[in-house]
Parts: sequence; C-alpha cells; structure tokens
Amino acid sequence: MSDASFAALLELGAGAVLVCSVVTLWRRSLGAIVRVLSLQGAALGAVALVLGLHDHDGALVGVAVLVVAEKGVALPAMLMRLVARDPTSRELSPLVNVPASLVATGALTLLAFTVATPVVALVPTVAGRLAPLGLATMLIGLFAMAVRRKAVSQIVGLLLVDNGIALVAFLATGGFPLVVELGASLDVLLVVVVARVLGTRMHARFGVVDLDELRELHD
Amino acid sequence: MTELAHFGGATLVVAVQLVVVVAGGLLLLGVMRKTRSRLEGRVGPPVRQPLLDVVKLMSKQRVRPSSASQVFVAGPVVLVATALFVAGTGPLVTSDPPLSKSTDFFAVVFILLLGSVALALAALDTGTPFAGMGASRAMTIGALTEPALLVAVLALSVPAHTSNLPALVREGLSDPQVIASPGRILALCAFVVVIIAETGRLPVDNPSTHLELTMIHEAMVLEYSGPDLALVTVGESTRLALLLGLLVNLFVPWGIASGRGAVELAFGSAALAAKVGAAAIAIATFEVFTAKLRLFRLPELLAGAFVLGLLGVVTALVVR
Repeated sequence: MSDASFAALLELGAGAVLVCSVVTLWRRSLGAIVRVLSLQGAALGAVALVLGLHDHDGALVGVAVLVVAEKGVALPAMLMRLVARDPTSRELSPLVNVPASLVATGALTLLAFTVATPVVALVPTVAGRLAPLGLATMLIGLFAMAVRRKAVSQIVGLLLVDNGIALVAFLATGGFPLVVELGASLDVLLVVVVARVLGTRMHARFGVVDLDELRELHD
Repeated sequence: MTELAHFGGATLVVAVQLVVVVAGGLLLLGVMRKTRSRLEGRVGPPVRQPLLDVVKLMSKQRVRPSSASQVFVAGPVVLVATALFVAGTGPLVTSDPPLSKSTDFFAVVFILLLGSVALALAALDTGTPFAGMGASRAMTIGALTEPALLVAVLALSVPAHTSNLPALVREGLSDPQVIASPGRILALCAFVVVIIAETGRLPVDNPSTHLELTMIHEAMVLEYSGPDLALVTVGESTRLALLLGLLVNLFVPWGIASGRGAVELAFGSAALAAKVGAAAIAIATFEVFTAKLRLFRLPELLAGAFVLGLLGVVTALVVR
C-alpha cells in the first residue's frame, strides 16, 4: 500500500466515523440512529484494518475483525431488537433541539481539535494528525448522552464515546493489545445487555422506554 | 490583431454559455417534470413545454397591480440579470471563461443572493399578505442556507488555497484524488442540500404545488403575469441550471472544455448537458420518493448541511 493511498484511506475511515456520530444527532428515528451506529462500527474496523495492513501487524487485523463483529454487527443488532419493541421509536423531544445540537457538534469538533494539539504534536504521523477526530466523536457521544431522552439513544451515546476512545487509541498508539481490546469489548457488551434488559423491563412496565419517566423509587 | 481574436473568443464563450444555460435551463425543467410524470405513471408534458410556455407568456398582455412600484418591476429583471451574468462568466462549458481571474466563488454566491433578495423585495412591494408570507419564508430559508453554502465553499477553498472558481474546477481536473478527499465529499453533501433549498425543490419546497399553506416560491411570484412571469421563470430555471452546472463541474469535472475553440466548446456543451441532465434526473427521481418537510423542520436539514460543511473545513485543515 503506497503512502498516499494509506493516508487517503485512513482519512476517509476516520472522517466517516466522525460524520456517523454527527448523523446520530441529526436523525430522529431510532432505527436510523442504530443503523448509522453500525456503519460507524464498520468504519472503525476499516481504520484498524488499514493500520494493521500498513504496519504488517497481524494482531491489529484480528482486532479489526473483532471490532466489525462487535460494534458493526452484534451491538446494533441487539439495539435494533429494543427499537422494534418500542412503538414510538423516534426521539421526539430531546432536551436540546436538533439544529442547536448540530451546531453544538460543530463547536465540540472545533474544541476537540484545539485541546488535542499536544497529542498531535506527540505523534507526528498521518494517523496522529487524525486523532482529534476520535476525540470529537467522544465529546459528541457525551453530548448525546446528556441531551437525549430515549434509552436507546443514550446507549448509542455511550457507544459513540467507546468508539471515539477506540479511534484515538488506534490512531495515536497503533491500537491496544488484543487482550485489552477483548476486555473493553466485553465491558461494553455487558453494558448494552444490561441496558437492553432494563429497556425491556421498562417497556413491560410503562409501555415506553423513556428514561425521564424514572423519577421516583418504588418497591 | 491577437487582441481582437482574444475578444472574439471571449464573446463566443459568453454567447455559447448563455444559450446553453438559458435554453438548457428551461429544457431541464421539462426533463425534471417528464421524469417525475413517467415515474408516477403519467405521460406528462413534453420536455420542451417550459420553452413554449415562456414564448407564449412573452406575447401576453402585461398586468401589474395598481399598488406596485418600481421595485416590483425591477425584481425579475435583477433576478435574470444576476443569473445571466454568472451564466456568462462561470466555468460551465469551458474552464477558461472570460474574467476567469476574478470569478471568485464567494462573489458568485453573493451575486446570486442579490437576485433572490430582489425577488423577495418585489414580492413584499405589492402588499399582498400572501406574497409577503412567501417572501418571509424564502428569506428565512435563505438566511439558513447562506452560512451552509459559504462554509462549504470554504471547505473547497482551504485545500486549494484559492476561492477562484475556474481554478477550483481545473484543480479537480488535474488531480482527481482531490475530489475523493473527505473534505470535498463532505462539501459535496452540503452543496446538494443547499442547492435543493435554493432552487426550491422537494423536500424544501414543492415546485408543482399551488396549495396556499405550503407554497414558498410560488407565493412570491403570484402577482406576476405575462412577460414579467416569463422573466421570473427564465431567471429561476437559469439559476437551477447554473447551480447544477457548477456542482457537476466542481465534483465531476471531466468533459469540460479547457480552451475557447468552437469544437472544444461544442464538446464542452454536450458534456455539460449530459452531466447536468443526469443530475436533474437523479433529483427528480429522489423527489418522487420524498415528501415535503414541515417548515419548522427545515432548520434541522439546513443546520445539518452547515455542520457537514464545517466538518469539511476542519478535515481539510487537518488533512493537509
């Protein structure tokens, strides 16, 4: 792989990860949000694959396959079942309206680029220069968790944060060791399983999966 | 003598571009209507129908509201004049149009904006509440599209180190890898949304409706008749052809003429017609499958375009 096409592919993959995280805040339909999340997982896997092939790092290629299987297929499939259960599967009234949150994502991206200057200075490669995109994805995920009300969109926010951390790790350090990646994946998988169980129970009890309904404690 | 030849070449370029864009724009409307009709299972009007309509309107009597002032008269004229100016000097048929050194992208955006503002003022001038409503809606949408458009232009200009329009087209022609860069792709997405909003196509505005509650553009031109209405139609179709032409030349520049020879211009015109025609058919096909967006949901769409443009600028800055 030539250096120019390596850089171009890496830019395309990292750019796609960031755009997917913006689109999750753009769309209201929960089904569409989960599909975009699956696309983001695939883009993240592609970034790891390109890095692995370029550095001839077999473990990283393995991690890429794992990332696609987990973040691109397994987690979105689980969330999709939760969405199918929820009849009004749209983010109807987020705490911050959609145009304002889109402008906020723009501001968060600029913030990520500003605060990531030392990281970029530390890793003077093509990959290092793209690391702020991961940081921006992380910030956007935190923002999504703060302003969205539906359980599914909050889990998606959490997964955005996770994907952002993974992207920064791939770009700045050439990826985690396989063991760490496995551990982190397992953690996230457990979180999603717990959230799904919670969502299912909430749906059975209240008929909606809106976390704002959970205000009081009962026996 | 060479100066005379140079002048002759420039005149030829302007004449060819004006004819291609003005006539092509009207035919483009016909093509889009025909595509929609066919996909909806109707026969639809012939492709040259808008051209015939304009000829017919030209021969009709001119009726103006008694309350109208000169602003009402000037609106369509300014609209057509700005569109024709850009059509004559933009890199449409050839990448070396006259005045190519000073055809700045930002200037083009503002010249076109002048036409929209003139039309909105003309709509307000008659004092009809309906036209005023259309004007205020159009200006609201305009205020949201302009930032998105300017940021998208910036995303193209940053990596190229120039906002000169013919230079941007030539850059894409000489280095195709630039076109596939993430910054450019994001800018393309923003451009498509902005052009749909600016030309009043679905899902922003329905060009074929006369239903009062949903009209934006049609409400503004309700008071025009005869030759004035013909001018408005020509101005709008020219803008559509112009914006689509600039879009395809920026992102699919192949086929554009590089010089000012007659043969080159003929091939350039054919390539432009093919590319813009394909883009128009794609838009019309998309329109069949989409519904008009609620007016209050439009800011979401346009804010999305703005953020895409902004991300384009950011990636263009990083990726360098």
